[in-house]
Amino acid sequence: MRLPWQSKAAAARPAAEGPWLLAEFTTPDAVLAAADAVRRTGTTRWDVHSPFPVHGLERAMGLKASLVPWFVLILGLAGAAAGMGLQWWASTIAYPLVVSGKPMFSWPAFVPIMFECGVLGGALGAVGGLLFEARLPRHHHPLFASKRFERMSDDRFFVSVDTADPNAGEAEGLLRRAGAVHVERLATEAPAPEGRA
Amino acid sequence: MTPASPAVDAVALDAALIQRVTLPERHPLRRGALLAAAVGALAVLALAVLGEPRRMLAAYLTAYVYWLTIALGGLFFVLVMFATRAGWSVTVRRLAEHVAGTLVLFAALFLPLALGADTLFGWWHGADAAADPVLHGKAGYLDPEFFFLRATAYLLAWSLLAFWFRSRSLAQDSSGDPATTRRLQALSAPALIVFGISLTFASFDWIMSLDPHWYSTIFGVYVFSGAVVAILAVLTLGCIALGAGRDPRGERPGPLAGVVTTEHLHDVAKLLFAFVVFWAYIGFSQFMLIWYGNLPEETIWYAHRLEHGWRGVTIALAVGHFVLPFFFLLPRAVKRTRSTLVAASVWLLAMHYLDLYWLVMPAVERHGFHPHLADLVAWLGVGGLFLGTLGLLTARQPLVPVGDPRLAESMAFENT
Repeated sequence: MRLPWQSKAAAARPAAEGPWLLAEFTTPDAVLAAADAVRRTGTTRWDVHSPFPVHGLERAMGLKASLVPWFVLILGLAGAAAGMGLQWWASTIAYPLVVSGKPMFSWPAFVPIMFECGVLGGALGAVGGLLFEARLPRHHHPLFASKRFERMSDDRFFVSVDTADPNAGEAEGLLRRAGAVHVERLATEAPAPEGRA
Repeated sequence: MTPASPAVDAVALDAALIQRVTLPERHPLRRGALLAAAVGALAVLALAVLGEPRRMLAAYLTAYVYWLTIALGGLFFVLVMFATRAGWSVTVRRLAEHVAGTLVLFAALFLPLALGADTLFGWWHGADAAADPVLHGKAGYLDPEFFFLRATAYLLAWSLLAFWFRSRSLAQDSSGDPATTRRLQALSAPALIVFGISLTFASFDWIMSLDPHWYSTIFGVYVFSGAVVAILAVLTLGCIALGAGRDPRGERPGPLAGVVTTEHLHDVAKLLFAFVVFWAYIGFSQFMLIWYGNLPEETIWYAHRLEHGWRGVTIALAVGHFVLPFFFLLPRAVKRTRSTLVAASVWLLAMHYLDLYWLVMPAVERHGFHPHLADLVAWLGVGGLFLGTLGLLTARQPLVPVGDPRLAESMAFENT
């Protein structure tokens, strides 16, 4: 499930983009069938938008496993290593003080801080990895020009396809056949902000 | 489609489902259960002649607590699933109810410990205790009569709770009454309080008091965390043995195929992973506070476990019960593949034994790690009786709570 600000289509954004096709569906079953049909065209610049997770959508869209867990693992381990390393350096090299007769490098006392640094690294990895995978931040998207698209967070399901992709040629007919109740074309250029036209 | 047909379909599906998840009259599980119980009983009796009484009792205590913590883990699983009103776990819950149902057996198996308490627990003799200022101070609690009173209370409470939850759930199989679910949900919260207090004090009485000078208030939580790891491993193995995660249309799918799915195995495995971490968290918390405080009457317990042969066991436990399973269970695919789940579960059940051995045995084997044949015999003995009882309880009933109003919700459950 990818929300519009995590769009994979945006991730593969070429120099030329759009116009975008935006097809509206009323049920999860219809959007599943449409996603299945769009995946078969071989286009890579498209996405599905839904107000809630739809079971089986990953399969219908052909999404591959996310890379975010690897960001979390690597940054988590790095954070833990950095936390322990900092304490080792501080207590044996920078400030070698004997505390209650224990050895300089008293690792059991350092484990909680190592753990917390690992959690911090993992959390930063999760957020950073997500932003990186979604090619964010991005301040505007052509889909935002559609008034109907606002119902994406309420009760409607949408499929968006970038027609700049040659494989997306017959997408419009495809989406209509799949039961779209409304299909619109959205220009790439953002409309000029109000009051400055 | 006529309006009546979905209801007709539902009834027909239920009848087919009940038939599929009920083991046939001549299923090998029944004979296997009787055989396991007979072998177990013989093995327990064999302990009496295998060696020096105190060592034999320690081997028996380790085995008893090992299988008991699995049964208590089953009770905890049932209680917590009702308390949280979990929908996903309904298909897995029946197996945990049967595991908890064996708690009556452990009330009976306490007899050898009751008879041998005098030999096993050093604080038992009033004369020795009177000469020892620390034990003198604890005499009010470490008193043989009070000890028996408490043991009776724990075993009675566990047996009654397990019996009540299991029998109500079995009654729901035929009644399908949603009120049963609501009543058990209401009862589960106070039952969890009884469970937590009784498990904590049972750990104090039966394991911690082997070193009567030593004390750790987190000790009961430590035993509990290991118990939950063990029950989750047992549930994984039990479900997979009965066909969980298999294709119901495949060859010899097993009665639970299509009922307990890969999604349920995945969720149980996520809990297993979480409790592996929880066990390490509690174990390390106990160690670090004692290490940091550095009070001799507290550190002596770890000193015993960090010298002679026990040091290697301690390190093996930390690596084998936490580091290896942590990294092994981390990937999603491992938690959704039957072969890796079986490997992780068997490994963790072995580590759970090592954990309890490490808690009990250094109090008796002061001069190092000396495994004895009796350890294996006791493990097989109590285990045979436990598995035999579990097999007999399981074979007679549907393998999932077919009358639970949320069974369909559970069967359709998917991880997002």
